[in-house]
Amino acid sequence: MSYSDRARGLYLNQLNGLKESGIFKQERFIHSNQSAEIEVEYPPGSSVKKVINICSNNYLGLSSHPEVVKAAHAGLDYRGFGMSSVRFICGTQDIHHELEARVTEFLGTEDTILFPSCMDANAGVFEAILTSDDVMISDRLVHASIIDGMRLCSAEHDTFKHSNMEHLEEKLEQYANKRLRMVITDGVFSMDGDTARLDEMARLCEKHDALLFVDDSHATGFIGKTGRGTHEKYGVMGQVDVITTTFGKALGGASGGCVSGRRELVEMCRQRARPYLFSNTISPVIVSGTLRAFELLTQTTERRDKLEKNTIYWRKGLSEAGLIIKEGDTPIVPVMLFNAKLSQDFSRDLYDLGIYAIGFFFPVVPQGQARIRTQVSAAHEIHHLNQALEAFTAIGKKYNILGKTKQEIIEMYGM
Amino acid sequence: MDDIKEVVLEYVKAEYAEDEDEVTYDTPLISGGLVDSFSMVSLKRFLETKYKISIPDDKATPEAFDSVNKIVQLVKEFQK
Ligand SMILES: Cc1ncc(COP(=O)(O)O)c(C=O)c1O
Repeated sequence: MSYSDRARGLYLNQLNGLKESGIFKQERFIHSNQSAEIEVEYPPGSSVKKVINICSNNYLGLSSHPEVVKAAHAGLDYRGFGMSSVRFICGTQDIHHELEARVTEFLGTEDTILFPSCMDANAGVFEAILTSDDVMISDRLVHASIIDGMRLCSAEHDTFKHSNMEHLEEKLEQYANKRLRMVITDGVFSMDGDTARLDEMARLCEKHDALLFVDDSHATGFIGKTGRGTHEKYGVMGQVDVITTTFGKALGGASGGCVSGRRELVEMCRQRARPYLFSNTISPVIVSGTLRAFELLTQTTERRDKLEKNTIYWRKGLSEAGLIIKEGDTPIVPVMLFNAKLSQDFSRDLYDLGIYAIGFFFPVVPQGQARIRTQVSAAHEIHHLNQALEAFTAIGKKYNILGKTKQEIIEMYGM
Repeated sequence: MDDIKEVVLEYVKAEYAEDEDEVTYDTPLISGGLVDSFSMVSLKRFLETKYKISIPDDKATPEAFDSVNKIVQLVKEFQK
């Protein structure tokens, strides 16, 4: 026992620092399944309140879908609860292999390897396939898990301005002497809801003989005409060398991720990726549920089509109400408030009106770009969206920001 | 010596700023969120190549890189 008062004091100080700077995170307890309407206890100890959820990654409404739940039950009966082993010792079942094949087919790649999460896929993939003779060139807004993965890899790294193709090409030229160059991006950027210009990027990679890496966590299942992802939207299926994605969002939302792409790169991950080698993979229950989610998506595009309609309706509604949103066509729709405190106040008032959405501010997004990030789902019905629009309008009116420009809002509330 | 200042400012603008960003010699680069600590490496590499110096990792802190003026100080320190 050496957890002295001094040690405790150190941590208490740090935690207080977080509270004082307003970035201390607190969980909200949900007393229901994940869906369009949820029952929330917040703050802890208060009575449970029914609210419309407009901030989950349950894009296709599959998280509590009866078919997915049923398949998970069946998986539990059929292949048990756990494996008590990592993949390469005695932790691989037929259904793990089946899911890998299913993902490969769905994404139009050559091969796939499962990881406990997409965080783990991103943490393991770079180190497994690149060496100190190589360079990783990443978009400045890639997800934190990619940054962690790049930090674990001995290849040199550099960044290009967000979605700036001229800057990317400069960097590709600058590192022409490297053994391998890998261009790294998210397919859909999770904070802004914009998409990477994969057609341009694939062309540049072809021209400069570079590899292309895309994290499609916020795209797999619904972006593109048949929901294959950002590479489908931009007409470059088969041209992305590595795709990582998650099963923890649109695809049933439980957990798990994968690396999918060129056969040799996937094989290198099987030989060398540490989160694959040293951690159990996803349980049979989740594999079965996720397999069913893929089946549902392959049978019909109904869900992604509904999501697309909802997205258009929601974006139009917010704009017409006079709020400033980030332009785009994905279900991630940030409502820009610019000021951090305003974003928190706005979120709290929404909750009072039965709408659950969270304010994001620096350092999660750049200074002066605080926002409420909303996410549309195929689980939403038009009446949910209407109710949310009414709340956004009422609170927008309260703070007098409807129809105001960015400049005017900043003049009223500061950055 | 003002020369360095100009060169560094130009590089920071070209490498990190978007059109609407205003950057002066004292703009907080890292604490202000214009340059993230992960992207800072290209700046370090640029300075080392351009001024033929070597900045040890323990000196290349986010604080030492937090404005053009501070960066110029750092460069001068290692040019001696
Ligand atoms: C772009 C991106 N990549 C990876 C992840 C991590 O996914 P997982 O929950 O499977 O670890 C996330 C989730 O937040 C994400 O947004």
